Amino acid sequence: MAERTYLEAIREGIWEEMERDGDVFLLGEDIGAYGGAFKVTAGMLEHFGERRIIDTPLAENAFLGAAIGAAIMGLRPIVELQFADFITTAYDQIVNYAAKARYRWGAGVPMVIRGPSGGGVHGGPFHSNNPEMPFVHTPGLKVVVPASAYDAKGLIKAAIRDPDPVLYFEHKLLYRRIKEEIPAGDYVVPLGQARIARVGRDVSVITYGAMVFVALEAAEVLAKEGIEAEVIDLRCLVPLDEEAVLASVRKTSRVILLHEDTMQGGFAGELAGRIAEKAFESLDAPLMRIASPDCPVPFSAPLEEAFLPNAKDVIEAARSLKAY
Amino acid sequence: MLYSMKMMREMEHRIEKLYRQGKIVGGVFFGRGQEAISTGSAILTEAEDAVCPCHRDLAAFLIRGMEPWVIFAHYLGRRDGPTRGRDGNTHMGSLKHRIISYISSMAAIVPVANGVAFSFQYRKQPNVVLCYFGDGATSRGEWHEAMNYGAVFKLPIVYLCNNNKYAYSTPTQRQMAVAHITDRASGYGMPCRRVDGNDVLAVYEATQEAILQARSGGGPTLIECETFRMSGHSAHDGAEYVPKELFEEWAGKCPIARFEKVLRERGLLTAEEIARMYERIAEEIEQAVQRAEESPFPDAGELLDGVFADSQAKNPQAAASPAKGN
Repeated sequence: MAERTYLEAIREGIWEEMERDGDVFLLGEDIGAYGGAFKVTAGMLEHFGERRIIDTPLAENAFLGAAIGAAIMGLRPIVELQFADFITTAYDQIVNYAAKARYRWGAGVPMVIRGPSGGGVHGGPFHSNNPEMPFVHTPGLKVVVPASAYDAKGLIKAAIRDPDPVLYFEHKLLYRRIKEEIPAGDYVVPLGQARIARVGRDVSVITYGAMVFVALEAAEVLAKEGIEAEVIDLRCLVPLDEEAVLASVRKTSRVILLHEDTMQGGFAGELAGRIAEKAFESLDAPLMRIASPDCPVPFSAPLEEAFLPNAKDVIEAARSLKAY
Repeated sequence: MLYSMKMMREMEHRIEKLYRQGKIVGGVFFGRGQEAISTGSAILTEAEDAVCPCHRDLAAFLIRGMEPWVIFAHYLGRRDGPTRGRDGNTHMGSLKHRIISYISSMAAIVPVANGVAFSFQYRKQPNVVLCYFGDGATSRGEWHEAMNYGAVFKLPIVYLCNNNKYAYSTPTQRQMAVAHITDRASGYGMPCRRVDGNDVLAVYEATQEAILQARSGGGPTLIECETFRMSGHSAHDGAEYVPKELFEEWAGKCPIARFEKVLRERGLLTAEEIARMYERIAEEIEQAVQRAEESPFPDAGELLDGVFADSQAKNPQAAASPAKGN
């Protein structure tokens, strides 16, 4: 075991995979000498050299496309987006090329697209987004959203070894705030297996990413009031561990769907649909969604604070569900 | 090369007929009058090289070994096509033939082609990629990003532009303020060549030089092949917006007729030999269409196969994955 931050866990996972497989390489902006905007790739250029740690021009279509072509030829590229927000500039490459190639003509695209997402650091409208939903909605892509250091390492390894394109959204708020003891050597967290972050019997809070910690904070407070909240960390949105979701719903019969992404068209709606179809009779109260309001992520502190879901929102929702 | 050009021309005629008969559905696109470009370039590729042809480059598919009946099966939406009915027209790809499929958003293939070239560079393989696109594609951001990227990394790739004067209905002067596609190359520090795209030998010679440079680590070249689209954008487009005189002018520059003349004048083929070759092509096409029509349609039960690897059924066209390098 070794103590690692969330960020160090990602780096360690990539590092070990690069040591294991010579076909794994990194592409992105300022990832070499500079070590990446958040220093995830610090030290890698010195260790692996320019052949495998490749600084690219500022051109997301060009380097994402290059990664796709290399992946089709059997290499294992990992693309770093400087901020996940910029993924929109390469939407065509990901959605029209990478996602459809296997289905269309049998060409697998084993690549990982990773980058810092999420708010809470005063990044403003272009450095704070949670851009997962367009990709969740695109058949052919997998979407990973780690919340813990243990998962950050185990999931990046699984993503690198996966035969299909995987989007791996890191939450920048967690990079240095989360520190855990994690196994020093090789381990993998399989894609598509949710985790029970806290066991409870009264209400399920189904969430992912940084909101896992908001849910856990709320659960501490609720426990003192005699409400035992169960917190489900989805880890992956695609493939989704639907069984874990339904099992928790059947156990608690009260459900809060929580995410930092904005409400309209957010993942909570997808979960609500599945729960309504498959566990309707287990519900003792209406489903409740908690998400950011439908507006761009604002910069100024009081606005961003008002924008992001917090523990108070979860506590109030849980109380009202319990009283229903 | 005459065989490839004529086969492309006649297959496209046959595809059009099947389309007018309602047997081929969706859209079909032709490279009529542009056969010299894919022929004179793809003929130079070696087994482990790769091509990224677009919708006016059918000869590249044929030269790389995709059989005519498989191509007809693809157009007809049959199971034996390289996409097993998942895609149509020239959206064909096949790893075993090292044909990397383009997609409908023009120029999106160019960054991907760079990545294929990068894989050769990364694995220290002496191979090259031929990447094809039209004049319209050079208006897109993906194209500009990819040209810059290919030049920066000195990738082993040749960019082949068929400048056929129209992007759908929009003439080149509404696509760009420069006179030639090659004018763009200096912006990337990339060498360029402009050739008569209806002269298969000129295309051959320019591509040969560019391939040599790419293979020896000298990086990419942009080749502009001046040509003319002797049809509409697709089979449903009557191209009324194109002045008749242009069609008449370019009809006199038919790349097939021109190459026939060269071969006859140099005493390489007689008129009779050419006639016999064309008869053989006509027979091969009829046999290919028949075999393609015997191929079954995909079963609706296959609908979800291959969205992800764990649901991928065996696809004979895609089965051979590229060799591991190093």
